[in-house]
Amino acid sequence: MAVSASLSFPRPDYAVEAEELTKVFGDFVAVDRLSFTVGHGEVFGLLGPNGAGKSTLIRMLTTLVPPTSGRGRIVGRDVVASAKEVRRSIGVIPQAMTSDLDLSAVENMSIFAKLYNIPRDRRRKIIARLLEAVDLAQWADKPVKMFSGGMRRRLEIARGLVNQPKVFFLDEPTTGLDPVSRVSVWEMLARLKKEADLTIIMTTHYMDEADKLCDRIAIVDHGKLVALDSPLKLKASVPGRNVIEVSFSKVPDGWTDVLESLPEVAEVRAEDNVFRIASHNGSRTTVALMDAARSVDVAIASLSVQSTTLDDVFVHYTGRQLRDALQAPSASESRFLMRRE
Amino acid sequence: MMKDAWSRIMALIERDLRRFRRSPTLMVVSMVFPLIQLVVLGYAFGGKIKNLNLGVVDQDYREPAVRLKGMLNAVAANARTFKPIPYYDQRRAMRDLRDGKIDGVVNIPPDFSRYVLSGADPRVGLIVDNTDQFSSSALTASLTELLQAYHAKRPPPRRSHVATLAVVEVYPYVPYIQFLLPGTIVLAIFVSCMIGGGIIYIDDKARGLHEGYLVTPLTKFDLIMGFNLAGAIKAILSGLVLVTIGSLIAGIPNPLAPLRLVRMLALVALTALALVSMMFLIMVRVSDPLVPRAIFGVLNTVLFFPSGAVYPINAFPAWMKIITVIDPFTYAVDGFKSLVLKNTGLAAISGDMFFLGIFTLLAMAAATRLFKRDL
Ligand SMILES: Nc1ncnc2c1ncn2[C@@H]1O[C@H](COP(=O)(O)OP(=O)(O)OP(=O)(O)O)[C@@H](O)[C@H]1O
Ligand SMILES: [Mg+2]
Repeated sequence: MAVSASLSFPRPDYAVEAEELTKVFGDFVAVDRLSFTVGHGEVFGLLGPNGAGKSTLIRMLTTLVPPTSGRGRIVGRDVVASAKEVRRSIGVIPQAMTSDLDLSAVENMSIFAKLYNIPRDRRRKIIARLLEAVDLAQWADKPVKMFSGGMRRRLEIARGLVNQPKVFFLDEPTTGLDPVSRVSVWEMLARLKKEADLTIIMTTHYMDEADKLCDRIAIVDHGKLVALDSPLKLKASVPGRNVIEVSFSKVPDGWTDVLESLPEVAEVRAEDNVFRIASHNGSRTTVALMDAARSVDVAIASLSVQSTTLDDVFVHYTGRQLRDALQAPSASESRFLMRRE
Repeated sequence: MMKDAWSRIMALIERDLRRFRRSPTLMVVSMVFPLIQLVVLGYAFGGKIKNLNLGVVDQDYREPAVRLKGMLNAVAANARTFKPIPYYDQRRAMRDLRDGKIDGVVNIPPDFSRYVLSGADPRVGLIVDNTDQFSSSALTASLTELLQAYHAKRPPPRRSHVATLAVVEVYPYVPYIQFLLPGTIVLAIFVSCMIGGGIIYIDDKARGLHEGYLVTPLTKFDLIMGFNLAGAIKAILSGLVLVTIGSLIAGIPNPLAPLRLVRMLALVALTALALVSMMFLIMVRVSDPLVPRAIFGVLNTVLFFPSGAVYPINAFPAWMKIITVIDPFTYAVDGFKSLVLKNTGLAAISGDMFFLGIFTLLAMAAATRLFKRDL
């Protein structure tokens, strides 16, 4: 019955659908009417400052937190009404590292495989193949407490794939890893994506990571979707193609107005002595800038011209880089201190 | 379907037992702590009180008084409950008693001999430091006995209709350490539940380990069964360790007789299930890792002492008896007393087992209602 139903079930258009998804904790709106769709085989990135609601969104889509309102669907199945089926078709790497430290890599994976009722032969094959894929085959029988953070993350990624999910959720998979481990996690994810027809939803604070891995990126702030597009288009959407960072020996009155009137300039922001000039054409603006400075006898102390990065996109959409405001401690940080549910 | 559920539950149990094998420190503590308590409490409270300082003020000096003092010295030499210290001044003796230099004062009044010789009832005063009930009762008991012996040496009394009580002891003498053993077994099971079902469970939850499980197909039933059975198995292990090692330490006769061990296993298992389900009910909505640590001591006191494990229930005030009645410890301790001290069969403790069974079912039902399969 269940089998024939799933056979006759037409492949839905999207791997993941969020329709006005909302989560309210008390009177705090953590996720505010978020809607988006993710296509099959897509890598979808969620960016946003701390406390933006990324983890909460992922928890709703992975059946961990019931939405206050709105709907979520994974491969066409509702995350509330068909939670059981959804759980079978997803793999999840939570933000916190959740391997059992006392158990070996194989034991960790084997226990999860058993939770999915995967028969023994297949279990062995899958585990061996996945440990190979994450380069942990030689450490298979070592206790996880001897693993580095990067190895642990890779093990968790392997563990999350043990049930051969259709959609893979990763909450900050590379936070806390050194640059080498991060790159190796990226390579692994890229490889896995190519090999399996896997849809990936990941959150990250690293713009280079999102730029490299994601087909599309959603920027979330205060629980709301503020931008959603491919990295390339997002970069194109912020004013200017280049950012000129420049500081001067002295700053004459009305200097900002002068800078704004230079050719091709889209926007000027001043922070202390440093000016960030967004420009549609970096080299033209720079040449004009040097002329303007020389004409009023201002020396240029430092100058650099960069292409727009996702960092600029992020700052553009969320306002500033650091968000320091008093609010309920975020679930991830406070987990070991206190959490009321 | 049921088979699938069962293999998921087994996977949860497997995880717990593997972890237990890898880092058994906490669980070993759950066995060592009750053993230490057994030995320390057993010897601290079980021994006879000795060498109390007893001031003796003799205001009589005649032969009957000297004979009484001779008997006091005899007690001092043999049972050694007290050491007589002669005083010539009663006020001085009283001052030393107040200052805590001595534990009691016996006062032989000036007319003691006259009463004895005339066949009337002589009176001897005993003034005790009743801030220490144990010592003062020991002194009182010892002197009462001594005076009875003193009277017995007099010519047969004219009144002979004094009622006497003949006491028959049903079981061989039970030293206090053996009296404590049943409670200690239950305590070991409890500490194991407290650590496995309380501290480790909440730590796992707080670290997000449960988050990892909740995204798998595990049902609510699987999770509850898995956590509780795993906890019960660990508690049974520590209960069995106490049953054997504890019996050897306390000197229970035939501690390893097979039939006895089988009965013990049955009661250990039932007790473990009752206490695990109680712990699960208490912890089902807790997520702060400090909570189980903070309530450890409170629970231990509230459950262990009112159960009759260290002092007979009949001595408790009414409000404490209310705890006694609903405390699963009471029934487990009562059952183990019967099995350990009297070597009875299971039929003798069917009431205790019935209560523990019902308690388990009710606690599990309540915990299942409260358990949330989401964050
Ligand atoms: N169980 C909860 N009860 C109350 N508030 C919560 C709960 N879980 C999360 N929040 C709040 O919701 C907001 C969003 O939290 P969330 O963890 O989703 O943010 P995030 O975008 O993942 O942040 P980070 O980048 O720090 O991981 C935070 O302000 C957090 O305090
Ligand atoms: Mg988060």
